Amino acid sequence: MTTRTITVDYLARVEGEGALDLHIENGEVTAADLRIFEPPRFFEAFLRGRSYTELPDIVARICGICPIAYQLGAIHAVEDAFEVTVDPQVSALRRLIYCGEWIQSHALHVVMLHAPDFLGYPDAIQMAQRHGDAVRRGLALKQAGNALMSLLGGREIHPVSLRAGGFHRVPTKRELEDLSETMKQARDLAEELVKWVSTFPFPALERDYEFVALRHEQEYPITAGRLVSNKGLDIAIERFEHEFEERQVPHSTALQCHMKRRGAYLVGPMARYAINHDRLPQSVQDLASSAGIGAVCRNPFQSIVVRAIEILHACDEAVRLIAAYQEPALPFVPVEPRAAAGFGCTEAPRGICWHRYEFAEDGTIRDARIVPPTSQNQSSVEADLRAVAAPLVDQDDGTLRARCEMTIRNYDPCISCAAHFLDLTVHRS
Amino acid sequence: MAKLSRLAVWKFASCDGCQLTLLDCEDDLLDLAGAVDVAYFPEASSKMAQGPYDLSLVEGSITTAHDAEQIRDIRAQSKHLVTIGACATSGGIQALRNFADVSDFVAAVYARPDYIDTLETSTPISAHVTVDFELQGCPIDKRQLLEVIGAFLAGRKPVIPQYSVCFECKRRGNTCVMVLGEPCLGPVTQAGCGAICPAYRRACYGCFGPMEAPNIPALSEQWRQLGAGKRQIRDVLRTFYGWSDPFRRESEAHDH
Repeated sequence: MTTRTITVDYLARVEGEGALDLHIENGEVTAADLRIFEPPRFFEAFLRGRSYTELPDIVARICGICPIAYQLGAIHAVEDAFEVTVDPQVSALRRLIYCGEWIQSHALHVVMLHAPDFLGYPDAIQMAQRHGDAVRRGLALKQAGNALMSLLGGREIHPVSLRAGGFHRVPTKRELEDLSETMKQARDLAEELVKWVSTFPFPALERDYEFVALRHEQEYPITAGRLVSNKGLDIAIERFEHEFEERQVPHSTALQCHMKRRGAYLVGPMARYAINHDRLPQSVQDLASSAGIGAVCRNPFQSIVVRAIEILHACDEAVRLIAAYQEPALPFVPVEPRAAAGFGCTEAPRGICWHRYEFAEDGTIRDARIVPPTSQNQSSVEADLRAVAAPLVDQDDGTLRARCEMTIRNYDPCISCAAHFLDLTVHRS
Repeated sequence: MAKLSRLAVWKFASCDGCQLTLLDCEDDLLDLAGAVDVAYFPEASSKMAQGPYDLSLVEGSITTAHDAEQIRDIRAQSKHLVTIGACATSGGIQALRNFADVSDFVAAVYARPDYIDTLETSTPISAHVTVDFELQGCPIDKRQLLEVIGAFLAGRKPVIPQYSVCFECKRRGNTCVMVLGEPCLGPVTQAGCGAICPAYRRACYGCFGPMEAPNIPALSEQWRQLGAGKRQIRDVLRTFYGWSDPFRRESEAHDH
């Protein structure tokens, strides 16, 4: 028996620390372990005993790239527990700042982290020597997303203005209108981006995923909806723990989330798109179609195109929301704590981010549970790796390693969030 | 052509936000990349060149035996070592474990605590190796980051103010939130953020850490007069810079 082990000791161009071990025995891939060694930080533990008022600032620090996902999920849980109804304009502003987070996070991944894989560069800086316009376009998009986050949140990383009941401060109509032109220009840049990434060489792979995403009555989902899959799931977010369970595996400091009875599933842009294609405006559907993406995309390497399509839609949404904005009478409504549990679930750039908290009568947090998107996708990543590596087992370690790393980057994994990720070791026998 | 200075960016326990600040220098990023050799920055590049490095930027705190070992190796390979952000500079939010029994924390999050390899404490980089400069902030400010990189590459001292957030608040023309009756950490917190929170009509929560020589007991007294209880004072100090000496001492004075 021959054993071959291929290792990536430290995965590059992902957020956080992870590695990969690929085990090949007699020409068969026997295991693909995504090893997450990002040191755990124990958020759920030290939230106990803190006040609900501190919650948005603390959970933001789970992730510097998607702080809004954590802040808003937690805020929704507080408002659910304390039966707070916010002004519709506050809900619109929350969707707007979340568009900013999608744009900056997706632009960072598409242009700076993922595109170099398809064009054969170690990074975007080297890629800029031949593709300078594309890199500058990516940076401009990222800047536009950050401009939304800065205006509404005070700053782009760990914004300060979100709170239970609303915002500490809401923008004036005039302040927002100043960003309208920036977002219209960003929309044009996003259309060019969709066309550019659609020309990349995509390895052939189709996988029969169970896609899980939020679904909303009218909107392409960002801040709200029911949990829906393409294989029959349709539940309120409160029912998450009845259908999903987290398991601990020895090779990861991130808990792996599975669907009970059904196993691995996929969250993120491909899942959102597959579940909610009909919620996109006709213009966006047409552009997707001309970029080679139908109503469902099952090739994980094409996730980069879906991400670019989502940037475009987020820019459109920003323009629409800015035009419709009317300053609310009050930036926030009063919040009266009570002993209760609350749930929150929003679409982080990488997929659903689920929260549950229990509060004491004075609003002290008694228990917290947060399920980030990357921990939900770990099993799907490992299944993709087995599918990608199987036809390539006769190739040299370098080829195999590069393709596996690319497979992992399809997910835009955020390991800092998940560890609660990446070295590749290939073990051959 | 002169040899470019070699820059390295390292990550320990953290949220990635301070490294992201470097990528957020959108307008200046390509210029910076042209002015230095980005030799090691795994979050942005697959090229991972060996040391030595002229300047190492370190994000995150030390929470595992492996990391405690690695930071010594990084120090040995780096001419200058600068910590970026609250985690690397004071242990970060994850240093809240230092006030508790970490085994309770592991058991609260993980079903199989025996799979988890973690130290009892989260400690700043300076607890392990000599640090040449500590840049404060949770997250750091990008203008300050560019100033620090520029200064070290030019061989001069970075110009980073050590005064309190109050100075920036006055310059920004904010109404003092304490005058409005809201307990604020601005008087003891180092400037650098641009007094964002008061400009967004809320009190400073100390995310740039203690200023040089803060008088925190005097501020605690002001907080009490505004109606803050012991728990509120303790908890606000025990957040992102809870393990820094000045904030820790004052929070412990409010423990019981």
